[in-house]
Amino acid sequence: MRDPAWVRWGRRTVLTLLTLFTVVPVYVMLVSSVKPLKDVQSAFTWLPTHITLSPFVEMWQTVPLAQYFVNSAIVAVCSTVLSVAFAILAAYAVSRYRFVGRGGFLTAALSTQMFPGILFLLPLFLIYVNIDRATGLNLYGSRTGLVITYLTFSLPFAIWLLAGYFDTIPRDLDEAALVDGSGPLGALIRVILPAAMPGVIAVAVYSFMTAWGEVLFASVLTTDQTRTLAVGLRAYASQANVYWNQVMAASLVVSIPVVVGFLLLQRALVQGLTAGAVKT
Amino acid sequence: MSGLRTPTAPAAPSGAAGSRRNGGGRPRRRISARLFPYLLLIPAVLAELLVHIIPMVTGVWVSLRELTQFFIRNWSQAPFAGLANYRVAVDFSAPVGNALLHSFLITAAVSALAVAGAWLLGTLAALSLSGPTFRGRGTLRSLFLVPYALPMFTAVMTWSFMLQHSTGMVNHVLVDDLHLFSKAPFWLVGGNSFWSLLIVMVWRTWPFAFLTLTAGLQSIPGDLYEAAAIDGAGPFQRFRAVTLPMLRPVNGVLVLVLFLWSFNDFTTPYVLFGATAPAQADLISLHIYNASFITWNFGLGSAMSVLMLVFLLVVTLIYLGLTRIGSSGREGGGRRA
Repeated sequence: MRDPAWVRWGRRTVLTLLTLFTVVPVYVMLVSSVKPLKDVQSAFTWLPTHITLSPFVEMWQTVPLAQYFVNSAIVAVCSTVLSVAFAILAAYAVSRYRFVGRGGFLTAALSTQMFPGILFLLPLFLIYVNIDRATGLNLYGSRTGLVITYLTFSLPFAIWLLAGYFDTIPRDLDEAALVDGSGPLGALIRVILPAAMPGVIAVAVYSFMTAWGEVLFASVLTTDQTRTLAVGLRAYASQANVYWNQVMAASLVVSIPVVVGFLLLQRALVQGLTAGAVKT
Repeated sequence: MSGLRTPTAPAAPSGAAGSRRNGGGRPRRRISARLFPYLLLIPAVLAELLVHIIPMVTGVWVSLRELTQFFIRNWSQAPFAGLANYRVAVDFSAPVGNALLHSFLITAAVSALAVAGAWLLGTLAALSLSGPTFRGRGTLRSLFLVPYALPMFTAVMTWSFMLQHSTGMVNHVLVDDLHLFSKAPFWLVGGNSFWSLLIVMVWRTWPFAFLTLTAGLQSIPGDLYEAAAIDGAGPFQRFRAVTLPMLRPVNGVLVLVLFLWSFNDFTTPYVLFGATAPAQADLISLHIYNASFITWNFGLGSAMSVLMLVFLLVVTLIYLGLTRIGSSGREGGGRRA
């Protein structure tokens, strides 16, 4: 069953064009991050006049990038850990128990995903400000408030995917653990979680990426001290003249952990996605 | 965080009590067994309540109030306004309503084109990389996922740099390399900004379509193609008779997810153009954001948000009715725009 020539050439053309479309912006980011300032302030060139690593050094002074980094890391790690933990518990309930309100819970959780973020943003801002005034907690403008907000962004998808994944694990396994005298939580931790690792990893990557790149809520719910990278990088643009080589260097450094993580875990991610999604 | 940890605490002892103490009374065990799944749900439900459910109800309530900057600190005292905010939002002859309608139409147009573009590129890529394996296929697969893996704001920043008038790569290619224009066009202001926005949105979302459709293609049994080939079907007929019908459920959900993402997109215009986008690329989320936070008129902003939600709900329900994808063919989630 050999494809005719037009199919083969069509395939080559499509793949070449899509590769260019994908690679060119990434190349621009890479090459601009090692250009001296005068290169990025004049007409674009495909190659730098000479290669310099100074943007990677200077970018830390132009804006408080290290502060943003720390904020983003703390917020993303905390919201990922909590989101995955909450999702594991909820998915265990959904997958292993039949209880009143189970379908309603799933539907409600998933439908929150389609609502525009702007709809929650205004009231959430008001609620956080007022909780702070009433209780002395610090939700508005703090990392805590951001962590609570972000963990719910990935929670519905995480629950849904993990529940699908748990469904593929035979019940005999947890039954056996229960017979051996561990409680339901023990069965979850000792038997189900090890078997569902790809799903857990997929959900963790997804949660981390969600928190790492969120802009809308971060732009309202953070202050100068708690600014995350997603909104902090705009500080470069508010300078008198934009040091594009530093912006690109910062973008590169910010992207590396996420992209490397994504590509390393790509197999687990796709496996987790298909196992959770293609339940027939 | 201590406020969040307390609800999970009771779950542990009751879980242990459920089966360890075999000497325990039966009725007590049955009650705890029946309550156990609910205990597992508590943390997730509390978080959802705080961030999604309560704010949504509050949003509807606020939209019926005259909540301006004078009432931010004591918003429960904001005077009741009835449907006044909604009347202002949909009065298309006045400036506020007119700008909202314009923004809505722009958003609908960009979303339709972005969905079409992302779906087309995703389908072409998935088809090109399915079938017989060749050298470098795995590399291409990973490469195509890079735009989706990149944090959105860094990708959009890069595009913003590429689209700069005098220092950008795009004008360098169009003017200096290809000589298509004698004078460098502007890409981030005026009419061209619509197309800039569209291209960036497609670049962002097509890898997701590619990923989803690749998974969909892998679930099509190979013997269907063999049967079609025996019947003398060419590649095009095979695509029409086997691939498209088999991908229907996946496509149904994919198009819906892509549409909701594009329609709700805030990050792309916000990072690409700065806080205020040109009128030709004024997506509705950014429009409402500016209408609320620049003028601090939360009542009006909430009314606009509610209208936007109603529109999305109606479109989604009609779409689900037309395509009949219930809860069976499911593939979705994805990142919040």
